[in-house]
Amino acid sequence: MLTVESIRAGYDESVVLNDVSIQAEVGKVTAVLGRNGVGKSTLIKTIAGLVKPSAGSVEWMGDKMEKKAPELRARSGIAYVPQGREIFPSLTVEENLLLGLEALPKKERTGIPKQVFEWFPVLLEMMHRKGGDLSGGQQQQLAIARAIVGKPKMLLLDEPMEGIQPSIVQLIQDVIIEIAASQEMGIILVEHSLDLAFACADYYYILDHGTIVSEGVTNVAHMDMVKRHLVV
Amino acid sequence: MAVVITQLFNGISLGSILLLIALGLAITFGLMNVINMAHGEFIMAGAYTTYVVQQAFSHYVPAALFNYYYIVAIPLSFLIGALLGFVLEKTLIRFLYHRPLDSLLATWGVSLILQQVARSIFGAPNVAVTAPAWLDSGLTIAGAVLPYKRLFIIALVTICMVTLYLYLDKTAAGRKMRAVTMNRSMASSLGVSTKKVDATAFAIGSGLAGIAGCALTVLGPIGSTIGTYYIVDAFMIVILGGIGSLIGTVFGALSVGMLGTVAEFWSGASMAKVIVFVAIIAFLQFKPAGLLSARTRSLE
Repeated sequence: MLTVESIRAGYDESVVLNDVSIQAEVGKVTAVLGRNGVGKSTLIKTIAGLVKPSAGSVEWMGDKMEKKAPELRARSGIAYVPQGREIFPSLTVEENLLLGLEALPKKERTGIPKQVFEWFPVLLEMMHRKGGDLSGGQQQQLAIARAIVGKPKMLLLDEPMEGIQPSIVQLIQDVIIEIAASQEMGIILVEHSLDLAFACADYYYILDHGTIVSEGVTNVAHMDMVKRHLVV
Repeated sequence: MAVVITQLFNGISLGSILLLIALGLAITFGLMNVINMAHGEFIMAGAYTTYVVQQAFSHYVPAALFNYYYIVAIPLSFLIGALLGFVLEKTLIRFLYHRPLDSLLATWGVSLILQQVARSIFGAPNVAVTAPAWLDSGLTIAGAVLPYKRLFIIALVTICMVTLYLYLDKTAAGRKMRAVTMNRSMASSLGVSTKKVDATAFAIGSGLAGIAGCALTVLGPIGSTIGTYYIVDAFMIVILGGIGSLIGTVFGALSVGMLGTVAEFWSGASMAKVIVFVAIIAFLQFKPAGLLSARTRSLE
């Protein structure tokens, strides 16, 4: 279980998140929804350790995480796929994937799991191409695959469907559903598209102006009320 | 013909010496963006290490083995340079990442301290290191004499370059170093210990400076300011080659070496320096990113 409790975070003087609390379970998909600029990515970065909260706590599997460096969080089983992919452009696809293994203890770094290529076959074809030469959709698949090879228990996905052609969106959506069905990994999915988020998620939170304004189970949510929070 | 071969060789030779010095800087400055003014003093440390090894061989090792002191001095110079770099990174540089002006001033201070330490230990006058006998004389090609000392330095640079390339390209540690260089926070989010990578990279860069110092001992006497003489050229080469590009550094060093030698042949030493400076400044006006800069389809 990942528990974010009363987090206050931001950049320099500006406070982006104020008293935000969410929970995410392993084996479930938790969606974080909201319009652009409400603090969704800041929340994910705070969990990943890239933004330091000024107040509040992040607890993961019973351990306090808010003061731990990103690499320690990665090694404790939290994997992060940022908005904009951030693959290493001068490294090959294979090298990008091998870096994902760094989250595992040395003894367990035995190679890239075959499952990754079953989910994203294009990466096998592109193994020796530079990451920077891949198309946007291929880079997104690489970014997700790179996070998965480290066998995380919680996957943080920041707008993974953004700016990608529909066939790849469907592919990523299918993978998210399959991962959740395996019950081995939890996912926190940041999305601004309600339809995409609700197609995968079990639970949702809606962020607005840096606070949670609504939350609930997706299959019993009142869609009118949810949409009201997301309309610009 | 002999003149052309000699000039060509001298150009490559000067380029190789500059490359050996610039390679270390290409890592600490080019890859890690740290302006380390004490880099020259790591060269000095390597040179004095060679001197100490030579002294030790002449006092404690049978005379027949004296000529092999250099084989011991090369790795030891690397280790001393690497150790100094590691300590400097751990105690000073790591607090000054992303503060270029502060790191410039602080490392300049360290450079002055190290120079004074060397003067206190070895004295102010330069000391001479006797090159091993197997580096005396030279190879004659079409009437041109190519000294073994300079051929040896070219070989040493080639070995250093290939080793560095293999380390960066083929090992997991090198892969992590490239990843941290490209995107520190993402590498960290994948579980890469950036602090460890920083310290290792700094140690390797400084170790290469140590080897450069060792190489310089075969060309002439050494003193506490030996590094200062080369450091500006080395910074220029890294910028000319394209910051972050090791291959660019190679081309940068060879270009500066060649141009410097040719200009010196036609105009004299001081004028050659001016010509090289002007040429580099003019070149950077047209291509500010340097000779080689990474171009990708990424969303950087």
